[in-house]
Amino acid sequence: MKLELHKVRVKDVRWGDRTRVENGVLYVDKQAALASVDGDSRFARVDLDLARPGEKVRIIPVKDVVEPRVKIDGGKGYFPGFCAPMGTVGEGATLALVGAAVVTCGPIVAFQEGFIDMSGPGANYTPFSETNNIVLVVEPAANLDMHAYEAALREAGLKLGVYLAQTCVGTRADEVEVFEKGPAAQEGAKYPDLPKVLYVCMSITQGLLHDTYVYGTDLKPSMPTLLHPNEILDGAMVSGNCVSACDKNTTLHHLHNPVVRALYARHGKEVNFLGVVPTVESTVLDGKLRAAAMNLTLARELGADAVIVSEEGYGNPDTDLCLNAKYLENAGIVTVVISDEAAGTDGASQGLADATPELVSFISTGNVNEMIEVPAMDRVIGDEKAIAMLSGGAEESLRPDGSMLVELQAVIGSTSELGFSRIGCEWI
Amino acid sequence: MKFRVVHYINQFYAGKGGEETADFRPDSIDGAVGPGKEFDRVFQTLGSETRVVGTVVCGDGFFGENMETARAECLKRVEAFKPDILIAGPAFNAGRYGVACGDVCATVSEKLGIPVVTAMYPENPGVEIYFKKSYIIPATDSARGMRPAIESMAKLALKLAAKEAMGTAREEGYLHRGVRRNFFKPKNGAERAVDMVLARLRGQEFTTEYEMPVFKRIPPAAPVKDLRDATIALVTSGGIVPFGNPDRIRVSSAETYGTYDISALNDLVPENYESIHGGYDRQWSNVDPDVVVPLDVMRELEREGVFKKLHPILYTTTGTGTAVSHAERFGQEIGEQLKKAGVSAAILTST
Repeated sequence: MKLELHKVRVKDVRWGDRTRVENGVLYVDKQAALASVDGDSRFARVDLDLARPGEKVRIIPVKDVVEPRVKIDGGKGYFPGFCAPMGTVGEGATLALVGAAVVTCGPIVAFQEGFIDMSGPGANYTPFSETNNIVLVVEPAANLDMHAYEAALREAGLKLGVYLAQTCVGTRADEVEVFEKGPAAQEGAKYPDLPKVLYVCMSITQGLLHDTYVYGTDLKPSMPTLLHPNEILDGAMVSGNCVSACDKNTTLHHLHNPVVRALYARHGKEVNFLGVVPTVESTVLDGKLRAAAMNLTLARELGADAVIVSEEGYGNPDTDLCLNAKYLENAGIVTVVISDEAAGTDGASQGLADATPELVSFISTGNVNEMIEVPAMDRVIGDEKAIAMLSGGAEESLRPDGSMLVELQAVIGSTSELGFSRIGCEWI
Repeated sequence: MKFRVVHYINQFYAGKGGEETADFRPDSIDGAVGPGKEFDRVFQTLGSETRVVGTVVCGDGFFGENMETARAECLKRVEAFKPDILIAGPAFNAGRYGVACGDVCATVSEKLGIPVVTAMYPENPGVEIYFKKSYIIPATDSARGMRPAIESMAKLALKLAAKEAMGTAREEGYLHRGVRRNFFKPKNGAERAVDMVLARLRGQEFTTEYEMPVFKRIPPAAPVKDLRDATIALVTSGGIVPFGNPDRIRVSSAETYGTYDISALNDLVPENYESIHGGYDRQWSNVDPDVVVPLDVMRELEREGVFKKLHPILYTTTGTGTAVSHAERFGQEIGEQLKKAGVSAAILTST
């Protein structure tokens, strides 16, 4: 499977009379962009706003972040099942407006969204302070059920992303990145001496607005399934999550999955990268046991020597994390997990809600409860009072002067358990 | 920078005798004594004019047997020197000395608010008791390791006194104080994971970034003998509270729980109760809060005599992002209150 990622670098975003990228500036035709998502009866009002790196802007509450992309060879649209016909992705060519991002914002479900500061100390904790953001602010139609609102906003974010990229087709790419890897069996014959590594990507699949989509379908009722790494990097996975902002895997996170990229970079040199298993985090114990058992079967059948397991969320998924480590290690498969910690605001509490002695190699992506102070911004996109309802926020978080004292978990992407950022916990 | 250091040592290192004088009472000496002189030399080598201005001495036996008196007396003597920094030991593997050093450090830190540093062998009982309250440099089990211990202590003390950013326990070389803190690392988490995989596959050394916590095992209570004679309580982490959330329980990362009298209620309805939980779609629990706290069904069963009585108090909090230490405290307090009230069983509903 061979994927060419045609990257058009976006260094600035501005309104323009025609949507295009010129000299690294993404010009957005606001009316046309709005038209790409408007007309949905589920919305009472739709608006767009822009936020650039370094600006004194706060975006709150943020649900998802999407990189504008479209297939330019080997397919149409993007995100099969949402904005593209159903079919395999990961082959052909994709145009990506790298450095631009669609951010979906609005009083979505009144909780478990996050915020982005485009400058100041809060900006250091989120990758989305470095992207040129096209912010989609929506108000739901009266009496719209929350789950219908979530679906509408999810779809609108994807649509806007595809619209922006589609309109820029023909722009010369600044860089073409190629991802190529044969089927697992073939690669095994090619690299008989390299250790075989599988990546198990735990995803929140818990209903009540805590869901992940693979090829357009809810992963929740699914068994763990094997994908080629290219499929992950080319829009097979979409976030439908309204979970704590710090460690939800947004759609952009999936498109740039850093574990996939890190393993790919060493494929054929230090490892034989077998593939990716999107797996579930069930709400019931049998579901957790079943998923861990199935993940082990996949790892064994593929002959994995090692597995990297990444978590999404915290709390009960810690049990899935422990079970995966336990089953795999007991089968003699080296297992490294990536997870954040909920060690309390003072950092003195146990970081996980579950533990198992087999889990001996743990990569920490930070304490979600650590307090951070962020100054007031000149402009707020969305509603700053939403902080009272977000995980990591409280009624007293927002001070009269507009500054906030909040837990890190309110910052979107701050403790990404895909290992997206450089943050991690240490003992002091 | 020039700081005033007070050094705490035992009778042996002060040259006042060995075990036979372990009952030596707290005393003060101007300037450096014994290992204190080595501290002065190290401070000088480090280019600092910081010096040991006074030494406080106490016999290990006296400290151990008269802890409160010794603690108060030593604190008074330390304070009299107006120090910027307190150092104690090194105590190596001397148990009583380690406890005395740890106790003096903890007390001075708490009462005077100045940096404190001690050093001891990691298995010294003083570590287990005081590691959360003092910086402790790991030392060898005997005085052979005096010099490196003093060098590390001096460096750490100067850094603390100068209020420089303190690094991780691993980097700075102290025994950690049981606290996790966020740091930005040179590589992202995914790269670190692949590095760790390769290190393990190659049989190289690797260091996990979080050692598994050991959970306490709580033995379950004996089964209820006769349900018809039982008082049952409802306890929830599902965030169901009286409408308006009168006690302002947080929507996530709760640090409190609420206790509410439900004795006059037969049903939870949107007019009297709601969910404030920040971790799930509250739509249906706000239409009917009984789906999380099944008061309606419990009343029916109570009327039918399936069990004797529903406990009049509902205990409730939000269980999302809640630190284990808070959850543990909630459990202990609620359990105690239920026991005192003669409750035979509790139904815990989560979400």
